[in-house]
Amino acid sequence: MSTLAPPAEDQTEALGARQLCTFYVDDLLFAVEVSEVQEVVRSTGVTRVPLAPHIVTGLINLRGQIVVTVDLRRRLGRDTQGAEDRPRINVVLRIPQGVVSIQVDRMGEVVTLPHAELEPCPPTMPASDRAVLHGIHQLDDKVLLVLDVAAAIETA
Amino acid sequence: MDEFDEIVEEFLVESRENLDRLDTELVRLEQEPFDVDVLAGIFRDIHTIKGAAGFLGMGAMERVSHAGENLLARLRDRDLEVTAARTTALLTMVDTLRVILDTVEATGEEPEGDHDALVAQLAALTTDDAPAGDGPAPEEAAPTEAAPTEAAPTEAAPAEEPAEEPASPVEVPAAAAAPGPTPAVPADEHDEDDEDDASAVPRIGEILRDSTLLTEVEVEAAAAAQAVGDTRRIGEILVERGAVATDDVAEALATQKRTTRKEAAAAAATIRVDVDLLDNLMNLVGELVLARNQIVQVTGEKGLTALADTSQRLNLITTELQEGVMKTRMQPIGNVFGKFPRVVRDIALQLGKKVSITMEGTDTELDKTIIEAIKDPLTHMVRNCVDHGIEQPADRLAAGKPETGEVLLRAYHEGGQVNIEIVDDGKGIDPASIAAKAVEKGVVTPEQVDRMTDRELVNLVFAPGLSTAQEVSNLSGRGVGMDVVRTSIERIGGSVDVVSTPGEGTTTKLKIPLTLAIIPALVVSADDDRFAIPQVSLLELLRIDAEEMAGAIEHVNGTPLFRLRGRLLPLVHLEEVLGLPRRDRSVYNIVVLQADSQQFGLVVDAVNDSAEIVVRPLGHLLRHVSAYAGATIMGDGQVALILDAMGLAASAGITEGGRHLELVDGGEEAPEDVESLLLFALDPDGTGSTATRMAVPLSQIVRLEKLDAATVEAASGTPVVQYRGTIMPLVWLTELMVGYRSQGGSTELHVIVHEQGDRRIGFVVDQFTDVLDAPVSLERPSDLPGVRGSALIAGNVTDVVDIHTIVATRFPAHSMEVA
Repeated sequence: MSTLAPPAEDQTEALGARQLCTFYVDDLLFAVEVSEVQEVVRSTGVTRVPLAPHIVTGLINLRGQIVVTVDLRRRLGRDTQGAEDRPRINVVLRIPQGVVSIQVDRMGEVVTLPHAELEPCPPTMPASDRAVLHGIHQLDDKVLLVLDVAAAIETA
Repeated sequence: MDEFDEIVEEFLVESRENLDRLDTELVRLEQEPFDVDVLAGIFRDIHTIKGAAGFLGMGAMERVSHAGENLLARLRDRDLEVTAARTTALLTMVDTLRVILDTVEATGEEPEGDHDALVAQLAALTTDDAPAGDGPAPEEAAPTEAAPTEAAPTEAAPAEEPAEEPASPVEVPAAAAAPGPTPAVPADEHDEDDEDDASAVPRIGEILRDSTLLTEVEVEAAAAAQAVGDTRRIGEILVERGAVATDDVAEALATQKRTTRKEAAAAAATIRVDVDLLDNLMNLVGELVLARNQIVQVTGEKGLTALADTSQRLNLITTELQEGVMKTRMQPIGNVFGKFPRVVRDIALQLGKKVSITMEGTDTELDKTIIEAIKDPLTHMVRNCVDHGIEQPADRLAAGKPETGEVLLRAYHEGGQVNIEIVDDGKGIDPASIAAKAVEKGVVTPEQVDRMTDRELVNLVFAPGLSTAQEVSNLSGRGVGMDVVRTSIERIGGSVDVVSTPGEGTTTKLKIPLTLAIIPALVVSADDDRFAIPQVSLLELLRIDAEEMAGAIEHVNGTPLFRLRGRLLPLVHLEEVLGLPRRDRSVYNIVVLQADSQQFGLVVDAVNDSAEIVVRPLGHLLRHVSAYAGATIMGDGQVALILDAMGLAASAGITEGGRHLELVDGGEEAPEDVESLLLFALDPDGTGSTATRMAVPLSQIVRLEKLDAATVEAASGTPVVQYRGTIMPLVWLTELMVGYRSQGGSTELHVIVHEQGDRRIGFVVDQFTDVLDAPVSLERPSDLPGVRGSALIAGNVTDVVDIHTIVATRFPAHSMEVA
């Protein structure tokens, strides 16, 4: 699976430690590289977009910039019942395709982990989940899922 | 030094602006040589440059502009005529000054090269056919008028080291043949020996003369005295001679100051702002909006009434501030168009063509970034127009066209986009030769060409690799092909299309997205969400009671059609198109929209407001959702989607067929399009309540028959009847349209007999209604198989059936045999 191969720019610093910004969606702990994060804002009004791809929850106004918000639950095919009424936090990410916001339940810490410790996703994980992850980090008490943002927002 | 750098910086920016204006104005002057205002403007601009250059010690620049100014002075005084050679020389001077500016910006120094050739040329053009002993303007006397004619020798002297020249006052005195124009008194703002201020600020002498306190003779005498070495001001001389009282001079000075101040005020109406600063401001306003949102939210949640008013005001002010800052980035497209008269003139002159350029909609505003992005592609296309489009004058005359070719640039907002059209009345593009070239270059195959329309062929000019050596001239062939033009336009989300009529001209149409552009829009709501509709696609608003509505609606194939002033308007429910829950309503708000050539009514919950909106892109994830043209931020900070009329129509299935029809049928609008029709009815339930009126052209029918239902037999699964010695298959039209045969239970079948070659097919309908001649103006295409569309025939909505299509789809063997 291509998920095992990290993107090219990561290879140069493959041995170095990376700072990861972590956050929770349901009981899952995700991480993205700190450099990808533009900012974290509390969710304000989200305008829904009829006819939009399923994973899109709507649009938010980020200081005059209009940003698409995405629900990872929908991407992972998880139950979204009731979850959407909860106040959400937007993790605004800057990716090559533009700026996109991932809605999360709460923020975790920023952790520094050696890239070498990134493991491939266990094969027991559903393929659809593995497709959106770069890999996992085994932490003391839980598993940290490193998100492949570009793959996660890909809808086609 | 910093301060000096700043001054230089300002000088560079201002001078560039002046030079840009000079380009346009000089071309205009060539066309209207007697326009005093134009000439005065040109004179002022070049004088400003010369003065500033002198002040900053830029000798080369000063020298070049001075030479130009001398020529202009003669032109202004009507001593010389405006000729193409003079205009060209002056334009060359503008270019040279630009080069100098560029070098100064890059290196801080003026370029090494001498400009003797240009200066000499300008001087030659200045003295050329100069009337001998031209009389100086009365009050300006010797020193001022002497300067122009003496320019060449005067300027030749310091030519060796122009860069070293000190920051001298504008007139160069060295070796002047004129009797001692004193270079001193540089501090004097309106020094009498500075002739050029005449164009901007009236002189004391003039003011005094105009106030009839003095005669011309007296002023002239004083000026003459000044000329021969009197270093005093003209007022002083006059007072001393007893010609005027000191008070009068003081008053005249005041008048002079007032005039100066008025000019200054006009200049102060606009200021120059760094784009970075604006961007920064924009971000800050954004932050403010966010904070505002939070305050509004908190105020609402906590029910803090005391804060509510303030919060409301903060809300409004922030919104206005945000809009204001956004507008600062908008620029009129005239900024780009402005340089085209020069471009056109130069190319035309070089090629010996006569071309005039007209520009419309120059105040259409676009975001600065978009202006930057379209500058080069537009320039290239304008060049192309003149180079390849417009013919030589002789050819034009031979073709019965006016000698002078026309290029029209037009910009306007439409359909949520900015359209830019470049229209020429040249020779046009020949589809056949483009096709031949494209095949030769391997861009397309001959088979592909066969399938392409003329319009598609013409648009092959944008294909990469089509530009050929024989086509590339030194003018347009600057390594930028039309494919690059298209790429650059598409990069900013626009599109290019060329329509050309050989012999009559070519129209290139650019559609530029108005990302960031501010457009007027109508805000409507559906299912509690707000949507913005660009005003450009809006035709009218209707508000109709449900009862009234019921009588005015006809359903054809499940699509409601609303009868509006004799036309059929397809209705689209916004919630339905967007997949939102539909609700019952007692009042219908219909927004009539134009999408391409089709009109339709969009039913919405409410029409809220009209507003100026700033269009923002939707981004990568939503790029495929065609119903939206973008999104905008409403006054309350919430995001609202902008509806795209064309996309909505396509989603609702309205335009696509229409476009097809238009292509196939061409002028279907023509009223003389009368056809003989058989009207019949389909009544699937036999109750009459679901009856559909239909029509078929008589030309497709050979006979109408009533057959006994009992005679129907089956042959290999198909119902057939024996008919005139052959076996005729039967098709129940209801089955085709609604999926089942009519339940009428009649023993008599109404059959339309169609014949192709020697094969016959019978179409069973429920009732023959009428035969009549009627114009068939298809209002609405249908997606039903074999239905051309619906039309208003004899006052009723009627579906027009095309039997050929049905046969072709149902009985391919049949039609193939015939073919």
